[in-house]
Amino acid sequence: MTMSPAEIERDKASTRNAWALSTPALILLTFAACGPLFIMLVYSFLTKGQYGNVIGTFSLDGWRSILTSEDIFDPGVTVWADAHLSIFWRSVKLSVLTTILTLAIGFPTAWFIATRPPKSRPLWLFLITIPFWTNLLIRTVAIFEVIRNEGVINTLLIWASVISAPLQITYTDTAVFIGMVYVYLPLMVLPLFASIDRFDMRLIEAAHDLYASRMAVLRRVILPIVRPGVIAGSILVFVPSLGAVVTPRILGGGKNMMIGNFIELQFGQGRNWPLGAALSMTLLVIVTVALLFYVRVSSRENAHG
Amino acid sequence: MAERSFSASHLPGFTVVALAVFTMLYVPIFILVANSFAVTYSASLWDGLTLDWYAKAWENEAVQSATLRSLVIALSASIIATFCATMAALGTTRRRAFKGQTLIYVMINQPLMVPEIVTAVALLIFFASIKVATGYQGLGYLIAAHSAFCIPFAYLPIRARLEGMDLSLETAAADLYASPWMTFRRVTLPILAPGIIAGAMLAFVISLDDVVITEFVKSGGQDTLPTYMMGQLRRAMTPEVNAISSVLLVLTVLLLTAFFFLTRKND
Repeated sequence: MTMSPAEIERDKASTRNAWALSTPALILLTFAACGPLFIMLVYSFLTKGQYGNVIGTFSLDGWRSILTSEDIFDPGVTVWADAHLSIFWRSVKLSVLTTILTLAIGFPTAWFIATRPPKSRPLWLFLITIPFWTNLLIRTVAIFEVIRNEGVINTLLIWASVISAPLQITYTDTAVFIGMVYVYLPLMVLPLFASIDRFDMRLIEAAHDLYASRMAVLRRVILPIVRPGVIAGSILVFVPSLGAVVTPRILGGGKNMMIGNFIELQFGQGRNWPLGAALSMTLLVIVTVALLFYVRVSSRENAHG
Repeated sequence: MAERSFSASHLPGFTVVALAVFTMLYVPIFILVANSFAVTYSASLWDGLTLDWYAKAWENEAVQSATLRSLVIALSASIIATFCATMAALGTTRRRAFKGQTLIYVMINQPLMVPEIVTAVALLIFFASIKVATGYQGLGYLIAAHSAFCIPFAYLPIRARLEGMDLSLETAAADLYASPWMTFRRVTLPILAPGIIAGAMLAFVISLDDVVITEFVKSGGQDTLPTYMMGQLRRAMTPEVNAISSVLLVLTVLLLTAFFFLTRKND
């Protein structure tokens, strides 16, 4: 397509206009969101200060101490930092489990909403949206109320004489897992619903007419079409799970830390800002890889569909 | 639709799971609210009902100042974020692709992608040096940080509204010799208004909810309601936290219901 000089000029002016109108947002975001990330990258290569903060000399200690530490009894000898590794393992394990369980119970829920009559569908969707927008702290406190030693579950179980002493659920990995599933479930249901909603239910009838079993329909007809929703939901749950701070802090207590709490610790009692900065950059890279994977898969799906 | 005996879209067990999920989502919230009326924390509802915890929270000066601070920050942040988001949406929608479009989208949506703790830490590092350099310790840092992460939430509904807009109305206004500014004020803005209000409300709710970034950015004595609650949780739990939570919960539900009707009526 060729454009006349006047058209090219108009196009340029409109591009300038787009940038000009976006400028206030971009300035604010650079100042209070993206820009500081670069400063943090620099900090990860500096030496830690004795009382927090950093000293302006170059050092790789921040990055090195992600995985290794100095032997307590034998200074100068580098060993694997087992405590750090167990925190990473817990974070990945709990995030993967959370993604799997939210998918397993979120899919039927999204399906249920999408198959409601058009009149009641917005209401069911609204019921998922309320928890989605409700304060994460409040929802974490709510689940804490249910599983704590004097909470509903334990009170009911003791009352029914199933157990004699309360089950210790809070301050365990299980508690963090339950909490994350509860808190992030709407993030799975909403994108799943969006993809199922576009699905033409007549395809299922067609498959049935062609003697496909229910399982075959689910595997061969439904899943390929709703796959973008499954991927979007999984990423939307996995990413915040991996960076979770509030939920593991309240439900896991001090012992059952995840990466987010570990980063937080470096800027508090840990007083190791370079390590905290290096950990943050690592988390950022993992999240970016996950998102890029999502963009690639979803654009490929779109090209095929 | 003659035969409804066989419903293809019905999968066995799905309804049961879905209803269980809805129950599971709401029961803890109801328990949280119910416990705010409990006399003592440990025994929950068995000992009787009281409104004492609401009165206690209401009279607590720390709660009062935290509430006020939360409202000031959420109000300022939602106004600033909505203003920036409206401008950006006007600039980036309803036009052919342009150079740098992807960069602008990535920048605007960046707060949705970067884990909160990462932004929080980066802001701590950056603002700590500004605080030392300038000596300014005020609410400005919190308002700037909140405004920034609220921008994508304000941007999305405004953009959606703009994309659904009928271009011919503006063309008609221009044909009737309305100046561009006149067209914007009298045609574009009124049609866009529900999107802008929806965006502002989402930004308000998001700002009011924030814990992690606020904890890292705030100076001493700048507790917001969520960070105050977080502090209380670290000590001993009392139904006072439940009372504050219940009030916040009601506020969120009211705003969301308004949002629900605002975006639905104009579909």
